[in-house]
Amino acid sequence: MTQEKPKPKEAPKPPPPPPEPIAGYNLATLKQAAELKNGSPLLACRFSPDARWLITTAQDNTIQQWDLAPDKDGKIAGKKVDMAGHASWTRAISFSADNKWLITAGYDGLLLTWPLGVAHPEPVRQVQAHTGWIRGVDCQANQVLTGGNDGRLAIHLLPDLRPSRAWQAHDCHIYQASFSPDGKFILSADLKGRVKVWDQQSGALVREFAVAALHKYDAGFGADIGGVRAWSFSPDGSSIVCTGITNVSNAFAGVGNPLYVVANWTTGEIRAELKPKEAFQGTGWGVCWHRAGFILGAAGGNGGMLWAWRDDFKVPVKPEPAKTEPKKDARKEEKKLEPIAEFVAHKLADNVRDMCLSANGKKLAIAYQGGIARVHTLA
Amino acid sequence: MRPEIARYACNSPEHTLNRRSMLGVLGGGLATATSAGSLLANPLARQHKRVLMVFLSGGVSQLETWDPKPGAPTGGPFRAIPTSAPGVHICELLPYTASQMHRLALVRGVNTAEDDHGKGSHIIHTGRRQEPSLEYPHLGSVAAKFVADADNPIPGYLNVVPGGGGGSNAADAAFLGPRYGSVTISDGRAPANIDRPVDPLREQQRHDLRRAADQRFMARRKSAQTEAYTQTYDQALQLMQKKALFDLTSEPAKLTESYGTHDFGRHCVLARRLLEGGAPFVKISHTNYDTHHENFDFHIEQLAEFDKPFATLIEDLHQRGLLSTTLVMVVSEFGRTPNINRNYGRDHWSKAWSVALGGCGIRGGSFCGKTNAQGTEVVDRQVHGGHLFATYLKALGLDPAKKYYVDQRPIPMVDPTGSPIGEVLS
Repeated sequence: MTQEKPKPKEAPKPPPPPPEPIAGYNLATLKQAAELKNGSPLLACRFSPDARWLITTAQDNTIQQWDLAPDKDGKIAGKKVDMAGHASWTRAISFSADNKWLITAGYDGLLLTWPLGVAHPEPVRQVQAHTGWIRGVDCQANQVLTGGNDGRLAIHLLPDLRPSRAWQAHDCHIYQASFSPDGKFILSADLKGRVKVWDQQSGALVREFAVAALHKYDAGFGADIGGVRAWSFSPDGSSIVCTGITNVSNAFAGVGNPLYVVANWTTGEIRAELKPKEAFQGTGWGVCWHRAGFILGAAGGNGGMLWAWRDDFKVPVKPEPAKTEPKKDARKEEKKLEPIAEFVAHKLADNVRDMCLSANGKKLAIAYQGGIARVHTLA
Repeated sequence: MRPEIARYACNSPEHTLNRRSMLGVLGGGLATATSAGSLLANPLARQHKRVLMVFLSGGVSQLETWDPKPGAPTGGPFRAIPTSAPGVHICELLPYTASQMHRLALVRGVNTAEDDHGKGSHIIHTGRRQEPSLEYPHLGSVAAKFVADADNPIPGYLNVVPGGGGGSNAADAAFLGPRYGSVTISDGRAPANIDRPVDPLREQQRHDLRRAADQRFMARRKSAQTEAYTQTYDQALQLMQKKALFDLTSEPAKLTESYGTHDFGRHCVLARRLLEGGAPFVKISHTNYDTHHENFDFHIEQLAEFDKPFATLIEDLHQRGLLSTTLVMVVSEFGRTPNINRNYGRDHWSKAWSVALGGCGIRGGSFCGKTNAQGTEVVDRQVHGGHLFATYLKALGLDPAKKYYVDQRPIPMVDPTGSPIGEVLS
């Protein structure tokens, strides 16, 4: 009779090694460079192309221009100028590439240009670009692209905002509108998570695909919920990461989770789903694809969170389900995607409303519901 | 002289209010000593008055509808637009309704002091807060009892609901009796089994048998339930002859297009057909407005679906000469908080909200009540559910000061602390 040798006790698993640092960037701690206090809750934020100015918008219909030039001690005082021009909220901000013009598009359907960086900015040009809200704006050379709740895309020309062309692009509210990084295409996304790619020259529809995870029709409430709330192109320009809310179980209470979906817009392929490890209830309001090889995602709901994912997606492939097994989630099985977890997570002080990255990738700004914008130094 | 007490087998106070006693205390100059024959013919029924209740389920935002505060910190992103009623501005989300405001009135000083969905709904339907000792009838049941003709083949209180569900809810009628409870019209479809059986002779024989059994049973043991049971069968028989009312295909395509082909549009068309066909009370609901999250996005979606069908319905009623005899109300459980929460939502707010009225007995283009600049409180002419209920009755020609007699116990028809809102009455 042989006796089995007792198995040695398993040693406790060592904690996972700290994430490999991304060269030149410290994401383990968020270094705050400035705290900019506004009286009214903030809605959106964008750096000017030269990162000298941060533009925010607020619930009292005003726009703020914050001077981020450091003083002789290297501190940012953040001098603010309030700007009035819209009769409603504004969440769409862009700039002319020459750093000369600030462009804002509001829920009043107005498209405005402002001189950037002057002491007392006043709107220079104003056009009624859409009927209803404008949520998407982008500028390329002298062309200003907007997308509105009327489902239309429109192009106006700088400096006088002369109408160039407009067309019915979606059958529901447009949430995002951007030129592709190479300038050859226009991308638009809507409430139902549909992304459309248009030829910039001809305006012809080239491709259409769905980021289905970011939309749901809630039959209980009789309403659509979701949409692409923010997006950002990959450094090589071929992919785009979209965020919003997913897993919605109660639309009107906002019970759902933020999700960041990476798609190759040149093919329509969904490449990855980036999901926080810890369940967080809320909506993804900001996403920035950093050229150093990571994606930052910010969300608001039950407080605020910031996550970072590496962009070298080693996407684990879900095994093929047995043929007899009933399909529980056709969308995920079709794509065979497992959500990818972040390598850094930061709990933020307040509910996030928006996030932006400076063009050089060194500064990050987050706009909060409490009326504060914080600027962080990443590099 | 006291009205005759019903001879029901059980002595429950809920069943001892008979129809004659009700008519004896209501209807303006109708005296309690009036003969039984004339009591059966409801004078209000002869005037063909009707009620249309539009219930915006979940608690619609007053700031995004009837009482916008553009520019205020609580105002949200929407602007106010002028309307066809001089001096009256409403939210830009209601452009079609704005063109009908000369036919509508606004009560902007509603404070129902109840932020719970169920309790708020109770106040709006009955004009009273819930009481442990007594259930009060819904406005629909009151209309079914006092506005409808006794011989009307259409149930007195029709509740067109989105989605599924069906049947009737006798509890809505409280002590008025189950006959006046609501009948649910599920998703605007004709009630099940409304088609007549193929063989009329067999059908007649079946009903003769049922009636004979009912008479035998009722002779020995009569109750409100058994009476209602018999009446319901007879009413169902009559309703079967009115099944064409539920067929919307006979409507001109252009008109149904104006109403919209979505559920609420269809339900508005059906409401008009039912009212035109003689229904005394029709309730339609639009869901949902309980926007704790993304209040503004959802109000764009929902009100875009509400606005045009509702405005078309008002215009259609007017064009057909029905609006002057149809009391219209647009109500909800409560309003929504002026404060915008961290998720762009608004929560429940019953302290200062608004109701829209129109049609029969209402002065079009009028408004009453005022909230402060932030919309947080009523600063002028505050009213509650009792005032609204009294206004409805007054507009219909009923006397809100009258009483029900339940087991000899006088019950005011309307919360005595409420009185008609004269400013909006014609």
